[in-house]
Amino acid sequence: MNALSREWLLTDTPTSRMHARMSSFYKGWLALRSNTLAMFGLGILVFLLAVAAFAPWISPHDPFAQDLANRLQPIGSDSHLLGTDSLGRDILSRLIYGSRITLYIVALVALIAPVAGLLVGTVSGYIGGWTDIVLMRITDIFLAFPRLVLALAFVAALGAGIENAVLAISLTAWPPYARIARAETLTIRKSDYISAIKLQGAGPIRIITKHIWPLCISSLIVRVTLDMAGIILAAAGLGFLGLGAQPPSPEWGAMISEGRRFILDHWWVATVPGLAIFTVSLAFNLLGDGLRDVLDPKDEGR
Amino acid sequence: MTALALSGLNVWFGDGPARVDAVRNASFTVAKGESFGLVGESGSGKSTILRALTGLAPSWSGAMSVNGKTLGHRRDRDFFKTVQMVFQDPYAALHPRHTVDQVLSETLKLHGFRDTETRILSLLDGVGLGPAFRFRYPHQLSGGQRQRVAIARALAPEPAILLLDEPTSALDVSVQAEILNLLMDLRDEHKLTFLMVSHNLAVVAHMCERIAVMQNGEIVEIMPVEAMRSMQVTHRYTADLLNDSINYVRSSPVDPSPSVERVDPD
Repeated sequence: MNALSREWLLTDTPTSRMHARMSSFYKGWLALRSNTLAMFGLGILVFLLAVAAFAPWISPHDPFAQDLANRLQPIGSDSHLLGTDSLGRDILSRLIYGSRITLYIVALVALIAPVAGLLVGTVSGYIGGWTDIVLMRITDIFLAFPRLVLALAFVAALGAGIENAVLAISLTAWPPYARIARAETLTIRKSDYISAIKLQGAGPIRIITKHIWPLCISSLIVRVTLDMAGIILAAAGLGFLGLGAQPPSPEWGAMISEGRRFILDHWWVATVPGLAIFTVSLAFNLLGDGLRDVLDPKDEGR
Repeated sequence: MTALALSGLNVWFGDGPARVDAVRNASFTVAKGESFGLVGESGSGKSTILRALTGLAPSWSGAMSVNGKTLGHRRDRDFFKTVQMVFQDPYAALHPRHTVDQVLSETLKLHGFRDTETRILSLLDGVGLGPAFRFRYPHQLSGGQRQRVAIARALAPEPAILLLDEPTSALDVSVQAEILNLLMDLRDEHKLTFLMVSHNLAVVAHMCERIAVMQNGEIVEIMPVEAMRSMQVTHRYTADLLNDSINYVRSSPVDPSPSVERVDPD
């Protein structure tokens, strides 16, 4: 059998660790590919990545160039495919550049919040006792605050700007992840396979990172993708209050709040970035659902 | 020479009014190379003794020793190299996200073996699984195959003493005999000492030389298996247990011929 042929990848009897890993990757990819909706979501996100990467080459105008003579042009007008906003800036160009900011926010929050939540939740659930009590009460305190208000307080303390907004959102987003991870850990920690690895002399760090994390990650991934829409909107909300993305930057949420003033007469100014947020959130949800099916080998039909 | 010695062992769970005494004043010794059985009904504390031995039940008093070394409340690497355990339910004893290869290589690494590649293959071969099973996940294996993997994991550190917690009770009747015969063969091959827990008297009679009968957390009688076979028991409870299970013994699935059939990959 040739390396990387279809038969080689789909074999039931892999010959090496490398072979087994590539084989399971390929089978996962096939499972994901058979899920039409997940592929649709993946397609949108790949498109978004491409748009963000090639923004300077594909955007028809400078996203910051103002042209007050051509302000509030409707959709489909000359050289402005999606119209212009209140300062005459091309909405399509701003949308294209805004995808960079959106991806930046999403990537940073998705890196910080679930990892922090996973760490706190699994340590709390596995060790138990006083550690559990202290960590979970801290989590409760964070959960009890309204999310946006707590983020506001953090931004006010740290200063306005997109990085601080991301940090503030992450700080308020981790408690639900910690709760999920702890609940999963509690069901796992007494199981025989954890006892079995303890009997091989494994310490708590190895047990948490190598045995408990892999079982928590699939439910966290689902939760992260479901939260993405909320994260984008929270960033937009902070931008609207003047504490997130600062005015000239083409952040989608900030664009909506700018267009809010004209929503009755010039609906596209707020609607177009709104549709963009909607599409990206939907894509994340579809992909997340598909990924959950792939990441859980127990569900593999056999 | 004694491999395992317990004297006056008490194990309890919880504190104050919620305290449950699972094992009371249990004492017995197991000689090197011997196979010792613990029988009794559900909840009589058989498995708890194994968990206390391996350090999985934290609250206990009394004295336990392995190969003459007294055990404290913490277990070290040396202990886990000497004593290993096979769990009751093979469906719960293997990590659902780890392949057979990951399970065995992690175990070998934890015990400081370097030649994992050859050891994994010989461990799989030793429990009657071919190399084709190496990269399977537990959900791709049958119950009997899983228990073979669990036995291979327990044998990986080359222990002298194997604790068996009802190793066949979760398996099909037809598979039970296979696993029991495999255990007998492995015992001869590696000169293992067995401490086996079971509620099935037929299984214990097949596997063990001496038997302790437990009731409500206490050992009521210790006797050689011949005494049990000829119904020469002194304690009333043992006699009841024997009478109750006589029908079970007659329809016993245990096949006395000690042959291990190789399981072919499907």
